[in-house]
Amino acid sequence: MLGLELSFIWAGIIAAAVLIYVILDGFDLGVGLLFPMTKDEGERNVMMNSVAPIWDGNETWLVLGGGGLFAVFPLAYAVVMPALYMPIILMLLGLIFRGVAFEYRWRTKRWKPLWDMAFFGGSLVASFCQGIALGALVQGIEIEGRAYAGGWWDWLTPFSILTGVAVTTGYALLGATWLNMKLEGRIQAHMRRLAWPLAVATLVFMGLVSLWTPFTDAVYFERWFAWPTALFSGIVPLLVALAAFGMLRGLQRRGDKQPFFCALALFVLGFIGIGISFYPHMVPPSLTIAEAAAPDESLMFALVGTLVLLPLILSYTAYAYWVFRGKIDPEEGYH
Amino acid sequence: MLDGYTAEILARVQFAFTVSFHIIFPAFSIGLASFLAVLNALWLWKREETDLKLFNYWKKIFAVAFGMGVVSGIVMSYQIGTNWSVFSDKAGPVVGPLMAYEVLSAFFLEAGFLGIMLFGRKRVGDGLHMFATALVALGTLASATWILSVNSWMQTPAGFAINDVGQFVPEDWWAIVFNPSFPYRLVHMVLAAYLTTALVVGGVGGLHLLRDRADAAARRMFSMAMWMLLLVTPLQILAGDMHGLNTLEHQPAKVMAMEGHYDSHPEGAPLILFGIPNPEEKRIDYAVEIPKLSSLILKHDLNAPLDGLDTIPDADEPPVAIVFWSFRIMIALGFAMLGLGLWAAFARLRGWLYDAPMLHRLALLMGPTGFVAVLAGWITTEVGRQPFTVYGLLRTSESLAPIEAPAVATSLIAFIVVYFFVFGAGTWYILAMMRKPVVGHVLEDERDDVQGDDAQDGAAQNDPARGEGPILAVGEEAAVRDKTAHNKGEES
Ligand code: HDD
Ligand code: HEM
Ligand code: HEM
Repeated sequence: MLGLELSFIWAGIIAAAVLIYVILDGFDLGVGLLFPMTKDEGERNVMMNSVAPIWDGNETWLVLGGGGLFAVFPLAYAVVMPALYMPIILMLLGLIFRGVAFEYRWRTKRWKPLWDMAFFGGSLVASFCQGIALGALVQGIEIEGRAYAGGWWDWLTPFSILTGVAVTTGYALLGATWLNMKLEGRIQAHMRRLAWPLAVATLVFMGLVSLWTPFTDAVYFERWFAWPTALFSGIVPLLVALAAFGMLRGLQRRGDKQPFFCALALFVLGFIGIGISFYPHMVPPSLTIAEAAAPDESLMFALVGTLVLLPLILSYTAYAYWVFRGKIDPEEGYH
Repeated sequence: MLDGYTAEILARVQFAFTVSFHIIFPAFSIGLASFLAVLNALWLWKREETDLKLFNYWKKIFAVAFGMGVVSGIVMSYQIGTNWSVFSDKAGPVVGPLMAYEVLSAFFLEAGFLGIMLFGRKRVGDGLHMFATALVALGTLASATWILSVNSWMQTPAGFAINDVGQFVPEDWWAIVFNPSFPYRLVHMVLAAYLTTALVVGGVGGLHLLRDRADAAARRMFSMAMWMLLLVTPLQILAGDMHGLNTLEHQPAKVMAMEGHYDSHPEGAPLILFGIPNPEEKRIDYAVEIPKLSSLILKHDLNAPLDGLDTIPDADEPPVAIVFWSFRIMIALGFAMLGLGLWAAFARLRGWLYDAPMLHRLALLMGPTGFVAVLAGWITTEVGRQPFTVYGLLRTSESLAPIEAPAVATSLIAFIVVYFFVFGAGTWYILAMMRKPVVGHVLEDERDDVQGDDAQDGAAQNDPARGEGPILAVGEEAAVRDKTAHNKGEES
């Protein structure tokens, strides 16, 4: 009994880590996606400076997602990683290019355009691969015994491409609304204008994915359309509509913060929607949370420290955001 | 095309390749983070301009090295799953939580305070900035502690049971974390990181002394580095010796390979200085040996018997040649470092530390040797553990993920191309920064703290030939800026 509870607590923590990753790195990957939207050096500099002091912390949540999975659901980690071999390796390569660009582009004049491209290209590949990984997971992973049993191209389907495009678009929206919040002047107006089509596209893709998901698997269909879960799962789309409305209103009113936080809400809701589909599975269609969990001793050992460290991490992360709060001042020249 | 290259071989090459690249950066950033914390503390304490200049100089280099460490490290944490999923499933319950603690207690700490350390002095003030700098250094040490505990557990597993699906199940966390080889490995690796950094700093100091022996900053860093070498190298040799004795106790086959002892020596084993391991005949050709010395070092007794690889089943034997050579490279470099440290100490005593071009040249030449020794050490450790991933219990061939050779081959090629390109460029930028004297850097800060187009022009004037851009990756220091009231107007 205790074991069951522990594994569910852990599923919650991992889900939270992944969600925090998605929204935090989401906007800074988004900034990378929007990089080619301006050719102006000064504008690019402030765009990058808006995330330079925090991107490393954001990406650490990805390490926690992977490392946490390894620690408490080793079987899920062992099944998912080989199944998503190609998208994961590509994502890692993308993250390398974009990560080093933060420093490299200031080191060279001649090759600066190259590292700007690397920043964009790396962000694009990483975003798209994360979306693909999501789609492949939703579609389910073939397991035999304790190992992945499919081929190395199984992840590539029309559905996973759709989720790849959807996540990329969503990240770009997060990036545009973040920049709208952090920047001023011409570039802010530019980003606000871009946010409109991105918002519409994100909503359309969210709609498409949501409609398609229940038909990829009878279990999902059941979950979403059968009584009484339908009641609960019906609330999610309602809230999505609300967040979408809030975002568009915010853009219209030229608000600084409202569009960004509404876009975040969209992501949170989308994530909850996926959670509803997955539960109680860790890796659909057959591996459940309880089956994937490590022995109790591991879960307990890791939990004790996590309960102490996680609040600490959240508070100093919040502090770091607070230190770098407010509009980016190009004059300040901190990078 | 891929005949003979099984997924296992390819996955091993891939892991070895990526982790070898990765370890280069931590080896430097662990030491450099501590060095920066010391410099910053010195500046706050004594308010000598030189310390602040040095801090700013090395901070930029640190930012690039750290960035490379982070991105190459993320690859590592996922690669364990993609390439070694069976290992992940089986060993995950034991090593997974340790790695999770590494993320929670080390990576977040580094990442959270790195931004403040690099960009935030003006925003948070000197005190908090010092605090952030110290936490980054602490984070790198915490990271080393956890990951070395993981690695050491794989070398000398303890505190576990095996359940019915073949997973390692933790029984005693204390025994797992503080497994028998962990204290030795931790000390040896942290000292290695400090030595590596000291050698780089000393090399850069030597370079600038060769150009201008009056350069105050070059003198300061050269002197600090040589002190560090003098104090740490003997400790490292001592730690290495004790580490070896510990290994003899827990992984005798590894020591046999390191020593090149194919045969048992019932009456005192010789120390083989050099020779060519011959795996077919199972002997060392052209061996140059000192009789009985190996028994003296390992057993503290000239005539103590020592077993050789003939007592180990062939299937459990590590590859001798690689271990034999990499071990010798590490030892030779260790003694070379000791030599450099002693020479510098002598020069210091005689008062010509800053007027010794030959010494400075040697320091420059030895600048990169820390990295070579670290790699050689890790290769000894890891190859010597073969054919197991969890020593004696889980074979490498049984740890492999169910992946197909072409998939691994493709990703391996991609890693090789990307790593050489990306990390090659990073190394180039670091070298370019090191070529510039410390003073030049600070002046450049002054000029470049606006990142608009005019700053670009300013930088282009600095070094049009190489086309190097502004060195602005790092925040400008309020303290420096206030001193030279500088023309904001011109830049805005
Ligand atoms: C998480 C634990 C871990 C850690 C901290 C390290 N390794 Fe390791 N290493 C492994 C876990 C591992 C492994 C998973 O167990 C491998 C992969 C395949 C294998 O044979 O063992 C391995 C293999 C392996 C090989 C190939 C050996 C062979 O196939 O014959 C080399 C050269 C290294 N490692 C080098 C290093 C270096 C330079 C490290 C410094 C960072 C390092 N290892 C840290
Ligand atoms: C298989 C082995 C290893 C794995 C899986 C691994 C994993 C990682 C990861 C994921 C990061 C990036 C963290 C971030 O986002 O900040 C990282 C960085 C780091 N790693 Fe490793 N690592 C390994 C080996 C080592 C070893 C042996 C050491 C030290 C003795 C080490 C020390 C560090 C340090 C200090 C950093 C901070 C970044 C830097 O210094 O550049 N790692 N590692
Ligand atoms: C000259 C005296 C030295 C001795 C006797 C020595 C001894 C050893 C031994 C026996 C090992 C293997 C331990 C094992 O795998 O169980 C080792 C590993 C290692 N050595 Fe050394 N070493 C020396 C110098 C150095 C120097 C100068 C450096 C780097 C600056 C260095 C860096 C390393 C590293 C990174 C490892 C792998 C990590 C570990 O297992 O601790 N060593 N050393």
